[in-house]
Amino acid sequence: MIEFHLDTGTGVSPYMQIIKQVKRALRLGILNNGDQLPTVKEVVSKLVINPNTVLKAYRQLEAMGLAQAKPGIGTFITTSAPEVSPSSFLPLKIELQKWIDKAIKNGADLEIIEAIFQECLRQSDVEETA
Amino acid sequence: MNQVIEASHLSKKYRSKFALSDCNISIPKGHVVGLVGPNGAGKTTLIQIAVGLISTYDGEIQVLGGSPGKDSEHISKVGFVAQDSPLYNQYTVGDHLNFGKWLNPNWDQESALARIERLDLNMKQKVGSLSGGERAQLALTIAVSKRPELLILDEPVASLDPLARRTFLQFLMEDVASNGISVLMSSHLVSDLERVCDYLIVLVSSRVQLAAPVDELLLNHKRLICKRRSASELPNNVEVIEQSHTDTQSSFIAKVNGQIWNREIEEENIGLEDLVLAYMSTDKANLSSSKVRNLQRKK
Repeated sequence: MIEFHLDTGTGVSPYMQIIKQVKRALRLGILNNGDQLPTVKEVVSKLVINPNTVLKAYRQLEAMGLAQAKPGIGTFITTSAPEVSPSSFLPLKIELQKWIDKAIKNGADLEIIEAIFQECLRQSDVEETA
Repeated sequence: MNQVIEASHLSKKYRSKFALSDCNISIPKGHVVGLVGPNGAGKTTLIQIAVGLISTYDGEIQVLGGSPGKDSEHISKVGFVAQDSPLYNQYTVGDHLNFGKWLNPNWDQESALARIERLDLNMKQKVGSLSGGERAQLALTIAVSKRPELLILDEPVASLDPLARRTFLQFLMEDVASNGISVLMSSHLVSDLERVCDYLIVLVSSRVQLAAPVDELLLNHKRLICKRRSASELPNNVEVIEQSHTDTQSSFIAKVNGQIWNREIEEENIGLEDLVLAYMSTDKANLSSSKVRNLQRKK
């Protein structure tokens, strides 16, 4: 069973934090297809947060197709970790490596590289949580 | 009736001073609403009007679709714990539960007893000898055991240590989860509110400065950092709430509607506490967000 935690003061809304933690757990293989998420009441009691927050997070996970609610029982994971082996990203990685070397040669430092990367992500409309 | 509290042009004047002026609030059912604001902003006045303790005011307010405190049936639907959890010191915990049972038609003695047991309170103990945390928990137990639809708490955790505060809020959130009650609570502790509230009202100098769902607030509000520029030089989907400038840099706390497509402006997330403080201080600078908005439109 996954255990959630909460950081206040980060500006990231609590429901978003729960979604991110579920996604991370899926990536890490902590959660798998068919696993039950903690009940709303369990999360409320453990984290001392508003039940609506938990409900909202679970509903969004459902909308993303990552989980399914079974009325009266709980919410269950309906997907497994993405079946991508690290090696399938190898060509992309090599290309990116070349780009980074070129960027450094042109005088870019880590911050600039990050800024460019973030901006391109935004341009491509890659959303972190949706 | 989907609004638990609906106020329009609500005002309360003490002699020549407004304790509340022209408040418009509409709180939907099922929320946990945090009420924040500096001392003397009118939080307690608003709460006392909502529970029927203050009955002369201007404007209108409906609580659960009726006038506050209009009859005993209405009163039984609203649970209230005043500041500092007032209880009868010379009576025992058990006596308090009995008072609750006699006075409230829908009293749930079973859950009250279960709760006292979980809190490890002794039914024979005099209330005067309880700790601050135990007092607050007993007051909450009584307010919840009357099975209200709406629970109103005035600074419930102000005098508690962090651990007692967390336990108190844990019980409260469990009540919300299992009974679906709506809650209005005032507090100075914004970090607590960020956890437990999904709706926030900021009251400053007797006026409602802000009333919105917490998720929306966190999503829309950003800290913007850029080379020195005036607020009017920002994109027009930005509403500035607070600004500060050095000779080279400007930073703003602002409401951003949509995206800022400007690489010269850096956006950062902002926590609820900083956001609330920004709204509280707008009034001091006599620069309400609406005024800033108007200024921007003129440009």
